Amino acid sequence: MIENALKGGKGYWTWIVILLAIIGIGALAWVRQFTVGLTTTGLSRDVTWGFYIAQFTFLVGVAASAVMVVLPYYLHNYKEFGKLTVLGEFLAVAACIMCMCFIFVDMGMPIRIPNVFIYASPHSMMFWDTVVLFGYLLLNILISRVTFQAERKGIKYGKWIKPFIILSIPWAISIHTVTAFLYSGLAARPFWLTAVMAPRFLATAFAAGPALLILIILLIRKMGTFDAGKKAIGQLSIIVTYAMAANVFFVLMEIFTAAYSDMPEHLNHFKFLYLGLDGNTTLVPWMWASSILAVISLILLFNPKTRKNFALLGWACVMVFFSIWIDKGMGMVVTGFTPSVLGDVVAYVPTLNELAISLAIYAGGALIVTLLYKVALDTRARMAA
Amino acid sequence: MRDMPKILLGLLIFVLLALFPVIYNAVTADAGTPPDLVIETQNVPGKSDCVIPGEEMRTKHMDMLMEWRNDVVRLDDRYYHDDHGRTFEKSLTNTCLDCHSNKDTFCDRCHTYMEVDPYCWDCHVIPQELEGGTR
Amino acid sequence: MIIDRRKFVRAAGLGVLATAAAPATKLLAEEQLVTDHSGDMPLKQPKPLTAKRWAMVVDTRKATPENVQKAIHACHHEHNVPEFDNSKDEIKWIWSEHFDHAFHEQDLHYIPEHTKHTPTLLLCNHCDNPPCVRVCPTEATWKREEDGLVMMDWHRCIGCRYCMVACPYGSRSFNFRNPREFIDEINPGYPTRMRGVVEKCTFCEERLARGKMPACVEATQDCGMITFGDLEDPNSDVSKLVRKHFSIRRKPGLGTQPEVYYIVPDDPEEHDEPTAHGEEEHS
Repeated sequence: MIENALKGGKGYWTWIVILLAIIGIGALAWVRQFTVGLTTTGLSRDVTWGFYIAQFTFLVGVAASAVMVVLPYYLHNYKEFGKLTVLGEFLAVAACIMCMCFIFVDMGMPIRIPNVFIYASPHSMMFWDTVVLFGYLLLNILISRVTFQAERKGIKYGKWIKPFIILSIPWAISIHTVTAFLYSGLAARPFWLTAVMAPRFLATAFAAGPALLILIILLIRKMGTFDAGKKAIGQLSIIVTYAMAANVFFVLMEIFTAAYSDMPEHLNHFKFLYLGLDGNTTLVPWMWASSILAVISLILLFNPKTRKNFALLGWACVMVFFSIWIDKGMGMVVTGFTPSVLGDVVAYVPTLNELAISLAIYAGGALIVTLLYKVALDTRARMAA
Repeated sequence: MRDMPKILLGLLIFVLLALFPVIYNAVTADAGTPPDLVIETQNVPGKSDCVIPGEEMRTKHMDMLMEWRNDVVRLDDRYYHDDHGRTFEKSLTNTCLDCHSNKDTFCDRCHTYMEVDPYCWDCHVIPQELEGGTR
Repeated sequence: MIIDRRKFVRAAGLGVLATAAAPATKLLAEEQLVTDHSGDMPLKQPKPLTAKRWAMVVDTRKATPENVQKAIHACHHEHNVPEFDNSKDEIKWIWSEHFDHAFHEQDLHYIPEHTKHTPTLLLCNHCDNPPCVRVCPTEATWKREEDGLVMMDWHRCIGCRYCMVACPYGSRSFNFRNPREFIDEINPGYPTRMRGVVEKCTFCEERLARGKMPACVEATQDCGMITFGDLEDPNSDVSKLVRKHFSIRRKPGLGTQPEVYYIVPDDPEEHDEPTAHGEEEHS
């Protein structure tokens, strides 16, 4: 089964080599960061978290989104997703590993990370986030392995795994809820101090994750390896539609609350995002791009004609993915620090070194997804033959 | 089953490779000369004057330093009372280095020999190194 | 003199060897060793300064640029705080901001110009309810229950910077790079830090343990700009000061209960002699 990962055409190997090269460059960049310090990033005393933590937050969402194929299949017996659950779980595994990598590279003292477990501190949300993320990774490795082995042998998976599958559903919700709690429980940062943070995180997760899954499925379909079926893709696209709609709704609620109450300490952050503050407009074009992508994608998704057209659906999913990526991966974290606790606007732009490391982690995730999907799909193809 | 010889051969090569450092050292059999530790500082009053006997200190100093560090930093427990009723400040730089002011011929020699690289000095300042520059 | 005594002890030691069997002499010798040690090593346990709740009162009426600099320099020199030429890597334990900036959330628009620009010392507030402690995943920062200090353990900090995110006062700094080469003159009595850990003001816990007032307090003793003491003790100077004068704290609405109090600056024209004259008038 695993040997399938070592058999592939020229295209496959080129892809693998490209990913390994990106990982190599990122590794070198990380060695530089490790020896010199986080001064190699764009972070500062005022903007203490940046691109790394933002990617972590975004990817927790991608990881959690596996539940959107697992839940309909296992709880509602929605058969169309039968072949998709394992793909969703593999995506979750890759996303979890990427999350951990982003946390790792963000630490000032990475070798001391075991301290989080040695001196476990239940009063810290970061402790709980580590626990739920690790647990979610283990759950997904276990479940995907057991169910796929059973599928390969043409038998039904052992009954004992069912409780783990059921557990993985609330667990998926918990990883993104706890990640939201990292932010939303801080009196120092009014931008994040909002009860809608966790629901909004979940909405973005259930839009961006399945959108990514649709894109991968459409790609695989084009390559001719595996067809998930029109019905399954259609159902997934409906999930993306409503999750994205919920996300946009939540954003509007946030903006209303800040704007109508007109409290500077809340409103200033939104000004920074959409209008610029104290002459700093770094994020403004990005955020408007995110908004426009969100609107266009929603039009494409809500209209059944365009949604059922796979080419347009693909584009809609790209827009959903990037709209949310900009919002969470660029806007959300940095804006919490702008303006700072002393009311200052301090610029933050990730450095090349920082971006090289981030890109390498994404390449690593792509590599894991590639290998896992290759193994699974080739096995399925051989069984079908 | 017919692959058994190949598998065994592969395993053997792996085990040999993995054990190479151990085997190499066993064959060349040179553990190096133990370092000659010097306590040449004027501050040392007598041989048995360390907070615990030297023999014990050789194996325990790292644990003791960790313990002291924890006591001082986290428990605000700053003084050590030895078996002779003497009192010392629990401090690497103020107590230990007071006698062992020759870090290079005492601490470093042994640490180099044992190939350990304690990171104490990344933060804790050796007063002698500040003054002399070379020491 | 020290050498002489040491010689004496050695002689005494030899004496012990000579009369090896006599337990009484041995006891004596040991006692002398004790004497020796307490003589040439700083073994006198200094009496630590203790309190139930340490607090600081900053009298901004006495804050001049020179006084403020004295406090900052004393602290940063004592604690080996590096000085970088850029604000990105900056580390500060105690620093000065204009009064209207330090209390920016009060939107102090129509106050005397002089007051607006009064240099105001900012530092860790050693909150009663510190958010930084709540979020730390390793208890590398914690609240000392006996006296309320918010402590730091640089051996344990993993550098996640969550405490910096949670602190509403910007009191914490991170070592973005190795600080040593950026320290002008290293104080061997205090460690430096490594790249990758967070640091902040500790209310000079290491000085309190040796019976000394915090460095910033000591450095500005003459002008009495900073008063430090036990707020639980009604007779302490800090208690008296906050009873007598109108003082404010930074962002009290967040419920953190900061333990640094600021006596607000007033119009200098009304108070030519800020200390004596001003106090009488208010009481």
